Amino acid sequence: MPYITINHKEIEFENGMTVMQACELVGIEIPRFCYHDKLSIAGNCRMCLVEMEKSPKPIASCAMPAAEGMKILTNTKNVENARKGVMEFLLINHPLDCPICDQGGECDLQDQALHYGFDKSRYEENKRAVKNKHLGPLVSTIMTRCIHCTRCVRFSTEVAGVDDLGLLGRGESAEITTYLEKTIKSELSGNVIDLCPVGALTSKPYAFKARPWELNKTESIDVFDAMGSSIRIDTLGKKTLRVLPRMNEEINEEWISDKSRFAIDGLSKQRIDTPYLLKDGKLVIAEWDEVLVNTTQEISKRGKENTLALSGKFTDIETLFSAKYFLQSLGSNYFDCRYDNVQFIENQRASYLFNSSIQEIDNADAILLIGTNPRWEACVLNARIRKAYINNDCKIGLIGKKLDLTYKYVHLSDSIEHINDLLNNNSPFSEVLKNSKKSLIIIGNSAINYRDGKEVLNVCSEIAKKYNVSNNNFNGFNILQQDISKVGAVDIGFYNQDFALNFDQNIKKHISKFNPVVFLLSCDEINHSILEGAFIVYLGHHGDDLAQLADVVLPSPAYTEKSSTYMNMEGRVLQTTRCYHPLGVSKEEWKIFRALSNNFSQKLKFNNLSELRNEISNLFPVFKEINNLPPSSKLDFGSSTKIEDRVLEYNIKNFYMTDVISRASITMANCTREILNKVA
Amino acid sequence: MLKKEDKIFKNLYGHNDWNLKGALDRGIWENTKNILDKGSDYIVEEIKKSELRGRGGAGFPAGLKWSFMPKDSGKPHYLVVNADESEPGTCKDREIMRNDPHLLLEGCLVAGFAMRAHDCYIYIRGEYYKESSNLQKAIEEAYEAKLIGPNASGTGWDFNIYLHRGAGAYICGEETALLESLEGKKGLPRLKPPFPAAVGLYGCPTTVTNVETVAVAPTILRRGSKWFANLGNPNNTGTKIFSISGHVNNPCNVEEVMGIPLKELIEIHAGGVIGGWDNLLAVIPGGASVPLIPKSICDTVKMDFDSLIKVQSGLGTAAVIVMNKSTDIVEAITRLSHFFKHENCGQCTPCREGTGWMYRIMKKMILGNIDSKGIDQLLNVTKQIEGHTICALGDAAAWPIQGLMRHFRPEIERRISEFNKKRKVA
Repeated sequence: MPYITINHKEIEFENGMTVMQACELVGIEIPRFCYHDKLSIAGNCRMCLVEMEKSPKPIASCAMPAAEGMKILTNTKNVENARKGVMEFLLINHPLDCPICDQGGECDLQDQALHYGFDKSRYEENKRAVKNKHLGPLVSTIMTRCIHCTRCVRFSTEVAGVDDLGLLGRGESAEITTYLEKTIKSELSGNVIDLCPVGALTSKPYAFKARPWELNKTESIDVFDAMGSSIRIDTLGKKTLRVLPRMNEEINEEWISDKSRFAIDGLSKQRIDTPYLLKDGKLVIAEWDEVLVNTTQEISKRGKENTLALSGKFTDIETLFSAKYFLQSLGSNYFDCRYDNVQFIENQRASYLFNSSIQEIDNADAILLIGTNPRWEACVLNARIRKAYINNDCKIGLIGKKLDLTYKYVHLSDSIEHINDLLNNNSPFSEVLKNSKKSLIIIGNSAINYRDGKEVLNVCSEIAKKYNVSNNNFNGFNILQQDISKVGAVDIGFYNQDFALNFDQNIKKHISKFNPVVFLLSCDEINHSILEGAFIVYLGHHGDDLAQLADVVLPSPAYTEKSSTYMNMEGRVLQTTRCYHPLGVSKEEWKIFRALSNNFSQKLKFNNLSELRNEISNLFPVFKEINNLPPSSKLDFGSSTKIEDRVLEYNIKNFYMTDVISRASITMANCTREILNKVA
Repeated sequence: MLKKEDKIFKNLYGHNDWNLKGALDRGIWENTKNILDKGSDYIVEEIKKSELRGRGGAGFPAGLKWSFMPKDSGKPHYLVVNADESEPGTCKDREIMRNDPHLLLEGCLVAGFAMRAHDCYIYIRGEYYKESSNLQKAIEEAYEAKLIGPNASGTGWDFNIYLHRGAGAYICGEETALLESLEGKKGLPRLKPPFPAAVGLYGCPTTVTNVETVAVAPTILRRGSKWFANLGNPNNTGTKIFSISGHVNNPCNVEEVMGIPLKELIEIHAGGVIGGWDNLLAVIPGGASVPLIPKSICDTVKMDFDSLIKVQSGLGTAAVIVMNKSTDIVEAITRLSHFFKHENCGQCTPCREGTGWMYRIMKKMILGNIDSKGIDQLLNVTKQIEGHTICALGDAAAWPIQGLMRHFRPEIERRISEFNKKRKVA
């Protein structure tokens, strides 16, 4: 490896590194504003100047490629002066409003001014004032604070794929703007808030809520899509004030979606924090003892072996496990996780996982999307596809209705029928798949939530084998799940053969036959009519539609209030962290089932969370290791049946409101109104 | 003084026909094939030997620059001619394009061939309307006469020339900003490295070069590098068009030999300073971005790259701006400051924030309405900009002020103390 000399110390560096990165190898931090690891290099802030031997001028270390034999000095008087000069320039037109600025305390300019700033200003002229821009309901702007680093512009054009932001004007009158004063139409727009090194772009919902140093910061996992992005939750008392992304190269890089970031105000709205019991057609507040006794009686009365449990979007492994074993102790095998009727093939892990891993998208040179809108189903993953599209010249094909995915794709067909053609080599995308070195097939829920779902999976598997999408070393056959609960539920066997293929019809049949007790485990997205005749016990944290139909409502904590195990779409085990105690008297679901089991002959075997988790990993060893990517699963199924013509409609109609939390969120309601429903 | 037969620009004043017919009469396009037949290496070598230095301002050796183009990159090569002449005081390229466009076009073919480029873009300043229409006409004539296009001039080399009109931004004269603008983007200078010779227009090897540099190339190759190198002084060879403006009796463009004494240039060609040589205050010898020189230096200085650098100025584009004693020198430089404040791109911090600051201090200085530390503070600000920016515009904005302070500091100090005296009285 080549050598570079930094401050008279010779170090090895990798080819392709910049001088700044080489300096970081020896622990020298170079101040910067415009440079960001994940964005293209702009080199415009001039804060990272360093001295290079033989160069009469200082060089911008962020943009200069490191080269063999270079001699760099970072601690000379000249460098110090250059940086001080730049800092002074940045400050002359920056308002002195740190005390009322939301960025205060976590502001790059503030921090670096401490080292490179003057204590007195030499600038006697008037400061520049810039008109604020309206960027929509999420990002608030105080443009006078802008230091023109263009990180936000580069993010929106490069990562988010919307050309909504830009730098207009020149010289002193250069301004970051949306050209025509419009809302940023991206599901990743919130990330510009993190990127902005000053307080020019700040969070609108969080405005003036708290100072960063008063917040409790908890590292956790996002539950709004099936990726399980790494996040940090900032809380004050029992209020979740902010969600920020954490670095995780394997999953979300440094981004999270706007829903993950801003739906959190829903956590304090419409909450169920106490048990309710239906009395005289009205839900009234009740005590835990009362509701448990009532539920027990109903279970016994209605036939405990017919008791049904249905999982939902946020149902964690602990809940699923305890519910499953509670039901089995009653002699019932009636539980299922196919609330959205999305099919999989029993005992075939590859039929419900994102097998290639999310990171592998970066290396793909062809991607076939079948019945999926990744932009809404997993926004951050969509940004990765865009990255492959830009960096690898990745070819993308779509089967499903046309839509804006932020990159160019070949629209193959509206109908799922097209996969027959693919299998028979009759598709315009056949050639692309044949010539590709690493290709992926991504199947969305909308393609397999119908009674031919299993057949579609089988045909797609054949396609994957035929075009070498999956082989012995690599499996590019992917299912893009929408909900964080799904993969784990299937993995611990939370399903019943009887309910396959047509969930609504089969459940309805079961309920009308037995009129059993139905446990809804934060299950909110099912058709109400199928529950007719059942005794509904709702476990969850939000008073959404289904909670109002329930006979018994049992409060359980939301994802910020408990430590839960989830499995993301790749089959990676992830755990959330409790940020504060559950609201009111709500109890974790596993505690409820444990308590209920006391009233029956067979008690559940665990008494606390660690015992429960031990039990889970004993029976299901996949849950032993946390955060690790599981070994890829083999594609051991497939058959070529002819798939009928069916137009693929995407099941998500409103990205901003997909679940109980986001439906309760005012911010998300604003987004729906201003971004989604606004006619441009 | 330059002999008549040594002049390269024979129709600088437009006395003769600028069309192809007139050009052919002047010997342009005469046996261009012969030059090209000698090969691109020969051309680059000859230009190197002639010691021709770039006429756009920086004075980089042209042959060396042309030789940076890779031999076999596998990508298309481009020649881009920088005709975005917007430096205040400079108007030499204008005359070439208006009155002798074929000289430029022939130069494009020769230079383009030397760089293995099949395509040439001429980026012309938007305000140059007549120039661009003449140039376009000339391009059409050349295509028709098969001088350019497929098998240009019968050499077997395909060569296309495209004219592109800019929109009047000074910064687009910076070579990488010009490339950005040509690609259809906002004209913001690029980071270097990579240099255009490696990654230029559309990511391909590109050389950006000034109109005058290209236009003199065919004549050098016809008459031999020795002839050119013998004109002027070593390392500062050949002829140069000087644009003389300001307080002279006869402002003009004139082609003269490099290294002619400034006094001679003004006295002979521009009819002398208004009010006589002794009425001279200062001269900006190379366009707005170079430091001025006071009369004491003007008396003896020679007009070439190295001599002017020795007196802490520069030849720049050889746009001689003459100011006699009727000039308010502070206000004059303030006006230049305003120009740079107005024309900087706003991309990088020092220019964006610094040029406006400098202009505002300068404006106060006209009256002397600052405290005595103001001069040093201003100089300090210029130092904070100089060398810290992406392109050279930062330097260009800083130098005129540094030049002013170097030579006219007592004048400003006088204004400051007078202003303060008046204030005390009031």
